[in-house]
Amino acid sequence: MTTSDEAASRVAALLRKSWCWPLVAIVVLLGINVLNDPDYLRISVNAQNGNLFGNLIDILRASAPIIMIAVGMALVVATRGIDLSVGSIMVVSGAVAMEFLKDIDSAQSIGAASAAVAIALVVSTLIGVINGLLITALGLQPFISTLIMMLAGRGIAKVITSGQNTNAQNEPFQWLTNGYVLGLPVVFIIALAIVGVIAFVVRRSALGLMIEAIGVNPKASRMAGIRPIGILMAVYMLSGLLAGIAGIFAVGSVMTVDVSRTGYQMELDAILAVVIGGTSLAGGKFYIGGAVMGSILIATLDKTIVFLGIPASATPAFKAVVIIALCLVQSRRVGSLFGRRRRRISPPSPTPHLVTEKEGVSA
Amino acid sequence: MSTMTASAPARELPTRWKRFRRSLRANPSMLPTLAAVALFVAMLIYGELAYGRILQLNTMSNLLINNAHLVIIAVGMTFVILTGGIDLSVGAVIALSSVAGVMLANTGVNAWIATAVMILIGTLIGSISGVLIQYFDVQPFIATLAMMFLGRGLASMLSTEPQRLDNDSPIRALGTPIKVIDGPKVNDLVVTIGVLLAVVVVVAAFFALHRTRTGRTVYAIGGSENSAQLMGLPVHRTKMFVYIVSGTLAGVAAVVYTARLGMGQNITGVGWELDAIAATVIGGTLLTGGAGYVLGSVVGAFVLGLMNVLVTRDGTIKPEMVTIITGGILLVFVVLQRAVTARQRE
Repeated sequence: MTTSDEAASRVAALLRKSWCWPLVAIVVLLGINVLNDPDYLRISVNAQNGNLFGNLIDILRASAPIIMIAVGMALVVATRGIDLSVGSIMVVSGAVAMEFLKDIDSAQSIGAASAAVAIALVVSTLIGVINGLLITALGLQPFISTLIMMLAGRGIAKVITSGQNTNAQNEPFQWLTNGYVLGLPVVFIIALAIVGVIAFVVRRSALGLMIEAIGVNPKASRMAGIRPIGILMAVYMLSGLLAGIAGIFAVGSVMTVDVSRTGYQMELDAILAVVIGGTSLAGGKFYIGGAVMGSILIATLDKTIVFLGIPASATPAFKAVVIIALCLVQSRRVGSLFGRRRRRISPPSPTPHLVTEKEGVSA
Repeated sequence: MSTMTASAPARELPTRWKRFRRSLRANPSMLPTLAAVALFVAMLIYGELAYGRILQLNTMSNLLINNAHLVIIAVGMTFVILTGGIDLSVGAVIALSSVAGVMLANTGVNAWIATAVMILIGTLIGSISGVLIQYFDVQPFIATLAMMFLGRGLASMLSTEPQRLDNDSPIRALGTPIKVIDGPKVNDLVVTIGVLLAVVVVVAAFFALHRTRTGRTVYAIGGSENSAQLMGLPVHRTKMFVYIVSGTLAGVAAVVYTARLGMGQNITGVGWELDAIAATVIGGTLLTGGAGYVLGSVVGAFVLGLMNVLVTRDGTIKPEMVTIITGGILLVFVVLQRAVTARQRE
C-alpha cells in the first residue's frame, strides 16, 4: 500500500511540473501525425556527414526562435508586464543583419557574419531599452508601450530595407540556422544553451525571486528593498535581445528578410508558449522549463497543421482556440468547479514552488 | 468648445478666456482633446500652405469617405477604453466579416441579409470577448488578442484570395458617392451612405455615453470598477455591453469599407486596431479609462486620416514612415495623458 501511495504521489508531482502537460500535448499531436503517416517519426542519418534529419528534427529547428522569445516573455510576464514588440524586434534584427551582409557582400567571411549578428543584437537590445525606459522612466503601461514599439518596429524594418525583402549571401551566418553540430541542428543547441544560462542565472541568484516579487506586489517589493527600475529595465532589455536572436534564426535559414512576414504575429506564439508552460499572465511567477516545452508544442502544432493539409494561414485560429481554452482553465470560475483539486495545489508556500521550478529547468 | 470661437467680440474675450482656463483647470482631462483639435487645425493650415488644395470640398469629402470606417471603429474603441479595457480584435473582425459577407452576397443571398450577417459576426465576436473578460477573468487584451487570431484564422479558412463583390450587388450602393454641393469642376461636397452611417453612429454613441445611465456606468467603471460595483451600478452587464458595441461597430465598419472598396480579403484591416486605439488616445480618452470624449476620437481619426493625405501629397516621406509617425504621435499623446493625470493626482 505504501508503495502504491508513493507511486501515486510521484505521479501527482510529475503532473504538477510545468512542462508535463505541454509534453502530453506534443505526444498527442505527434500521435495524430503518426496515424496519418506511420513513418512520421522516423529520423534518418545522412550517410555522408552523419547529420540527422526528419520531421522531429524540423520541429526542433522551428522551435528555436519561439523558445527565445518565449523565455524573454516569461520573465516579462512574471513582472506583470507584457512585451508585444517581440515580433517587430525580430524583423528589425533580421533586416539589420541582412542589410549589413548585403553591403559587405563576402559570402565566406566569418568576421562579417559575427559583425552582422553583433549589430543586429545591439539594435534589438536598444529597442528593448526603449521599451524599458517608456515603462520605468515614463511610467506607461507595458502593453501600450510595447504596442507602440510593435507598430513602429515594422515601420523601422521597412525603412532599413527601403521596403524591400533584402536577401544576402553568407555561409557562416546561414550555418547558425541550417548547420549541424553532433548531428543536431545548431540553432536548437544555441537556443538550449542560452536558455540554460538564463535559467542558471535567474534561479541560482536572487534575480528570479526579485522578478517574481515585482509581479506579486510591486509596492511590497519596493519596500523590501528591491529596485523595480533596474529589474524591469533588465527584463525588457533581455526580451529585446532574445527577440533579436530569434530574428537572426528566422532570417538565417532562407537568408531573406520578409519585412511584412518575418516575425509577424510571433508575439502571440510567445504569449501562448508562456501560458501553456504554466506561467500565469497575472504575473508573479515564471516557469522557464514550461515555456521551452510550450514553444516546442507550438512548433509541433504549426508542423501538424501544415502536415494535415490545412492552409498555414489558418493556424492562428487553432492557436486562438488553444489560448482561450487555457485561459478558461486558469480562470477562477472554472477552477471552482474542481474546487477540491485546486485547494490542494494552491497553498503558495514559496520553498516547494522554487524546488519544482529548479527541477523543471534542469530537466 | 464655444468659448474658443474667434468671432467673439473683443471686449468679451478676456472673461471668456478666463472662463475657458478655469474650466480647463477644473477638468484637465480636456487638455489632450484640445491638443488633438489644435493638431488637426495646425495640420490643415500647414497642408494648405505647403501643398495647397487641402481646405476645399473634394479633399474634405475624400477625408470623410476614406475614414468613415476608422471613425466607426474608433467610436467602438472609445466605449471599451473608457471602461479601462482594450479591444484588439476589431481589424480581424472586419477581415472575417467582409470576406464572409462578400462570399455570402455573391451566392445570391439577399443583400440585406448579407449585411445583417456581417454586422452580427461582429456582435458575436464581441460577445465572446465580453464573456471571456467578464465571466472568466481573462485580461481584456489577451481575450481580444485571441479573438483577433480567431477572426483572422477563420477569414483565411474561408478564403485567402481577394473576394470581389458582384458589380450589381446592392451592397455597393452604400459606397456610391452622392453629391451634396455641386462645386466648380470636381470640387464637390460628396458623401456616401457609409459616411452618413458613421455620422449616425457618432451621434448615437454621443447620446449613449453622455445622456444615458449606461453611458454614466461606462465612465464609472473606468474610474473605479469596485466603486461602481459598490454603488450598485450594473457593472457586469455594462462591461459585456461595451465589448458587444465594439464588435458590432467593427461589423458596421466592415460593411462600410466593403461597400466602398467592393471587395474583402483575409488581410484586410491589419493594424487597424492600432489606428483605432491611436485615434481614441489622440482624441483624449485615457487609456486607464474613466475620462474621454467620443467626439475626441472622431477628431483623432481625422488626424490620422489627414496625416495620410499629407504624407501622400508630400511625396518625399516614404509610405513606410507612416506607421512610425503614427506610433510617434500615439506615444506623444500617451505621455501627455500621463503628465495630465500625474498633475491631477497632486
